[in-house]
Amino acid sequence: MYSPQIVVEALLNGLMLGAIYALIALGLTLIYGVLHIVNFAHGALLTVAMFMVWLACARYGLDPYLAILFVAPAMFALGYGLQRFIIGPASHGKDNGILLVTLGLSIIIENALLAAFQSDTRTITSDYSFKVVELGPLLLSFPRVVGFGVTIATTILLWLVLHQTDIGKAIRAVAKEKLGASLVGISVPHVYAMTFAIGCACLAVAAGLLMPSFYVSPKTGAAFVLVAFTIVVLGGMGSIPGALIGGLLIGVVEAASSLFLGDSLGQIGIFLIFIVTLLVRPTGLFGARA
Amino acid sequence: MTRPRLSTLAIIVAALAVVPLAGLSGSLLNLMIFMMIIALAAQGWNILGGYAGLSSFGHAAFFGAGAYAMVVLQTRFGVNAWIALVIGIALGALVGAFIGFLSFRSGLKGSYFALITLAFAEVARILANSTNFTGGAAGILLKLQTGLPYLQFADRRYFLLIALGFVAIGLLVSWWLEHSRFGAYLVALRENEQAAQALGVDVFAVKMKAIAISGALTAAAGCLYAQNYLFIDANVAFGSWISIEALFAAIVGGSGTVIGPLLGAIVLLGLGELTKMVSGGIPGMDLLVFGVILVLSVAYSPNGLVMLMKSLGLRAPAKAREA
Repeated sequence: MYSPQIVVEALLNGLMLGAIYALIALGLTLIYGVLHIVNFAHGALLTVAMFMVWLACARYGLDPYLAILFVAPAMFALGYGLQRFIIGPASHGKDNGILLVTLGLSIIIENALLAAFQSDTRTITSDYSFKVVELGPLLLSFPRVVGFGVTIATTILLWLVLHQTDIGKAIRAVAKEKLGASLVGISVPHVYAMTFAIGCACLAVAAGLLMPSFYVSPKTGAAFVLVAFTIVVLGGMGSIPGALIGGLLIGVVEAASSLFLGDSLGQIGIFLIFIVTLLVRPTGLFGARA
Repeated sequence: MTRPRLSTLAIIVAALAVVPLAGLSGSLLNLMIFMMIIALAAQGWNILGGYAGLSSFGHAAFFGAGAYAMVVLQTRFGVNAWIALVIGIALGALVGAFIGFLSFRSGLKGSYFALITLAFAEVARILANSTNFTGGAAGILLKLQTGLPYLQFADRRYFLLIALGFVAIGLLVSWWLEHSRFGAYLVALRENEQAAQALGVDVFAVKMKAIAISGALTAAAGCLYAQNYLFIDANVAFGSWISIEALFAAIVGGSGTVIGPLLGAIVLLGLGELTKMVSGGIPGMDLLVFGVILVLSVAYSPNGLVMLMKSLGLRAPAKAREA
């Protein structure tokens, strides 16, 4: 029914889409690992980043990959401000408060975008959109090959930041022992906000990688939110290698289930993995904490 | 803790019942019916999220179960509307028990519980959207047949009274929680699960009962929704909008209080309508306002409007007693 070539191509393309998923999940898992919060606004923030990339390309004629260089600092600043001045103070440090504040933020962002841009889906036309890379007999979508490479590079970069820089050390210290870190003079609200900002910058990279082959509407991020949570839970909340491997795995699962079940039922595979992981092993594959 | 008397609740319900009799009609009447449906869904959410402290992001699963039971039973099996209503409510309890059994057995709470309820609702939405039995993506229409046996009325004020009757039941259930041992167990669970367990509370059984009651109430809201609008599809019945509105109304009004969800639904939807009128045709403005109100209420009034009123000396029950 399906020739092996189609199946292998679909799975490889899924693997590479999974890489971009992993990038989205990377920010989410970092924020969870350090702040111990579930950031419900992550999907909406991805939408913001995608709109920024779209604006940069459609209005100013920038290359989508080049746009990342401008969107990433903007998202970094936005993330810092949100955590430092809204999420942190508004939630009073309570788990439930954070859950609700980020949910509220996601609704505000989504509907502000809806008011500003209407619900139309927008795409950008770039030279890459339909380009393919030939790998022997296999045809792979060029934007996804780039996405795969950039994700790996970003993960390594993130790893280096966390392990080689002062702010990285501070972030890891706060993640391990908040009180101890603040006793030795680390400003916990600042580290929280920096972590949130880095998570948002990851979203900017993901947005730049997605736009050439995807579309954006105010609701786009919502579609990614559960996928990203699935990856984070599957990989283990707070685990960076977990997010990478989880992302790749989910990409393949999605490709396989849409190939065999069709697009509308395809997503169900992801949610079932999510539910089963939560029920059977809520610490995920690489998570240490329950 | 605000503990309104039964007489206070009776006065609130009576006051709401008088409004339509005083000649409310057209879009305002529709708005009030919608308010009651959301209030009922929020009352359901409040049992689990407010009293037991288990925030669900997926109450759409119960709402949709009720709505689909109502429509599918009537259109496919010719079941009487009232019987379909009862079955729909029971189905909500059953879905609650199913989700509860799986999640509570694994000890999920906090954000994990919020996420898994969201995932269950999404699975239900996708299934309903791609199964022919539930009308697929096109949804199902309910035939227009007015009359008491069909639970549809030419004069929509009767429907409002029925919805209000359910809200009154919701108030009674919450009132009972405030005055019963079971309700005390729920609050103990919310405040400190280990301590409750150590004192001999069967935590699992209590949570199961709570999610079943919660599911039943929200399913009743789904049944009424389907019966009122005569059409549902997967995105309406199982969409995240209802999970969010139920949660919003309960939290903004005052989670873990008797009249909080009702108050929250009236205030939120009233403000939403007002925003729509003021902003003209700009889409999403009402939800934008909801989001802002949610963030503000978590920040400045984490115990909701009910407690805010109390702390401002405007205690609702006292005021109602004077009236």
